[in-house]
Amino acid sequence: MTIALGFLAIILATLLGWLLKQTFNAEPWEAAVVSDTAHYGPFGADRSKLIALLGLMAVVSSFFALILSAYALRMELGDWVPMTEPQLLWTNTVMLIVASGALQWTRNAAVNDQQGRLRPGLLITGVLTLGFVLGQFIAWQQLQNSGQFITSNPANGFFYFLTGAHAVHILGGLYVWARATLKVVLGTGDATTTRRSIELCTIYWHFLLLVWLVLFGLLLST
Amino acid sequence: MSYVAYADRDHEQEHHDPDTFITKYIWSQDHKVIAIQYGITAIFVGLIALGLSAMMRLQLGFPDEFSFINPENYYQFITMHGMIMVIYLLTALFLGGFGNYLIPLMCGSRDMVFPFMNMLSYWVYLLSVIVLIISFFVPGGSTGAGWTLYPPQAISPGTPGIDLGILLMLGSLALFIVAFTMGGLNYVTTVLQARCKGMTLMRMPLSVWGIFIATILGLLAFPALLVSAIMMLFDKLLHTSFFMPAISVMGMDPGYSGGSPILFQHLFWFFGHPEVYIVALPAFGIVSDLISTHARKNIFGYRMMIWAIIMIGGLSFIVWAHHMYVSGMNPYFGFFFATTTLIIAVPTAIKVYNWVLTLWEGNIHLRVPMLFSIGFIFTFIHGGLTGLFLGNVTIDLPLSDTYFVVAHFHMVMGVSPVLVVFGAIYHWWPKITGRMYNETLGKWHFWMTFLGTYAIYLPMHYLGFAGVPRRYFAMGNTDFLPDSAQDLNAAITMSALFVAATQILFFVNMIWSLKKGPKSDPNPWDATTLEWQTPDHPPKHGNWGHELPEVHRWAYDYSVPGYADDFIPQNVSADEAPAGRDHEGEH
Repeated sequence: MTIALGFLAIILATLLGWLLKQTFNAEPWEAAVVSDTAHYGPFGADRSKLIALLGLMAVVSSFFALILSAYALRMELGDWVPMTEPQLLWTNTVMLIVASGALQWTRNAAVNDQQGRLRPGLLITGVLTLGFVLGQFIAWQQLQNSGQFITSNPANGFFYFLTGAHAVHILGGLYVWARATLKVVLGTGDATTTRRSIELCTIYWHFLLLVWLVLFGLLLST
Repeated sequence: MSYVAYADRDHEQEHHDPDTFITKYIWSQDHKVIAIQYGITAIFVGLIALGLSAMMRLQLGFPDEFSFINPENYYQFITMHGMIMVIYLLTALFLGGFGNYLIPLMCGSRDMVFPFMNMLSYWVYLLSVIVLIISFFVPGGSTGAGWTLYPPQAISPGTPGIDLGILLMLGSLALFIVAFTMGGLNYVTTVLQARCKGMTLMRMPLSVWGIFIATILGLLAFPALLVSAIMMLFDKLLHTSFFMPAISVMGMDPGYSGGSPILFQHLFWFFGHPEVYIVALPAFGIVSDLISTHARKNIFGYRMMIWAIIMIGGLSFIVWAHHMYVSGMNPYFGFFFATTTLIIAVPTAIKVYNWVLTLWEGNIHLRVPMLFSIGFIFTFIHGGLTGLFLGNVTIDLPLSDTYFVVAHFHMVMGVSPVLVVFGAIYHWWPKITGRMYNETLGKWHFWMTFLGTYAIYLPMHYLGFAGVPRRYFAMGNTDFLPDSAQDLNAAITMSALFVAATQILFFVNMIWSLKKGPKSDPNPWDATTLEWQTPDHPPKHGNWGHELPEVHRWAYDYSVPGYADDFIPQNVSADEAPAGRDHEGEH
């Protein structure tokens, strides 16, 4: 459970640091004029979605950190047989990295108001990300064909569980991506909302890429 | 989501008030309606769980008298009683119910930041409840694995409900977690983003603080339950061996190999212990506000109270293995977890001292909410002290799985939070409905519930010392137990049935109040917090009419020297305060 605890310590320390800044030295029983910015969070009054996204990322991280803790605990038991990961995972990883890069490029275009780049940027991101999910599915098929089923060994069980859970989170991201892309393609939605949507998608994509790199690294090394 | 900006909107009145019955009361996005939906659903399932406990007590008090209770049913009653009370009643009621109602009103917002997601949260919660209830009626019945659902017995033959029962239970939990996550992200974001002008974090009422920190705990801890539920589903449905060891069941090989039931326990309690505080912290916060308001005195040690809540929240993540002392753990681990468990008593004790010190020389009004709050201090101290016993490995080992444990956790996280729930309902009832209830009936309800629960749980400690194990359907021939243990059990059952029946008083009172109760003042308790200062009573959609309130002071300006009234609402500026003396330097 050390992994989960370490992760939690980071989250709680961040939160605690921010809370300390807000609350230290405050003497609320004294009459005081407070600043106009004291009644909303750290990113400004209109960044509620960003806060919610960060919250969601904390929840998702907690979810994966706990699976990794379980992984580490289960691995110590006698019947664990390390698994050879399909080579295809490397291709998938590259696709996800490029997808993340493409989205970053799109985001920069949105910030610099280069509207023409949004459509291709978003489409490339979507195609590559879908490609990643499809690739993961094909990797599953390859494993099945070589007789490596989910029940074959706990290492296999965790492989299917981790990759599946990650893919589900990607699909959730693709739903939001589809909404943003639809807005861009149909030309509905003003520039600010679109930019904000793309920015949030970008953060989430980088986050899921990071999660994947951690998972992939762990799968490769064990 | 075009709904997002709603809570941020200030003076605009362009939002469309829901006008049909369906949009107003069924598919409502108004936090107050959603809160009531959450509340009614939670109380409804809570009543089912109360009924289940009555059945259990009938068997324990008068074994073999009731032919409709067999060992299988009994285990199903135990399991569903625990699960419903902890998760579907208390978590949902405190966060979905009170969280939804109080956060926007106390913070001075028009609504939650994401009203649509808020609505979705309730409907997914309702779905989880429906799935849970369906599990009673499927072949084999609901699961009888105990609320901790420990493998291997949760999915092995011999336990009731190992087919559809456990699947529906796990599915229902997964749905609940999804619902909670949607709601929880909303509560956190609303507290951070949608406070009205002047409402700094350190001016927030402690109710909001308790709910806020409990929500953060829930968001980080519920994934552990989700992970364990999914892995158990895999073990059950796909025959993986995450938790299931190589065992022979009734002479058959179910095909598992090498899994670790202890791994499940780690994951479960990594959620399970913070869960205690997910229920307790909102109760702490709410009771602080109730005591301060009805004692007409500012809360003692406001900052200390906040930091105690935060410390308890943080520490609650590193005590989980004190639920597993008998699982054969390394003694050094046991020592570590015993130490952290005892450390958590420090901030908790600070809170108790501060409640008592708030009462000290206060102008105490023994109204119904105050009675329940003071009752809570009693039951919480009792339950907390037995927690110190069980937190120590050497004392826990002989007491583990006895009625002492049952008495402890019912006192500390059953009776205590429920007393706060009642206190809170009595306190905010006039705001929610616009009507008063019958004070006398409320007091009867309090005294019968309070004394009745003592009659239930105090004797259980003795049963535990005598060695009566929990979760047993019947004791059979047990030489080490005196006959009087059975007499005590019969008396406990009578008390339990009495307390259960007493709750009728509460419902009669509330239904009477809804129909015929006298109209209440907008601020019947002369409270300072924002929810009592709404322009409409009860508050309408959008809460604040044309203009959002502006906050000028903290939530506890009671009996401030030099002022005509013994309270100054948070939205009253120094110039507006009656008696006109300069507010500064008055403390």
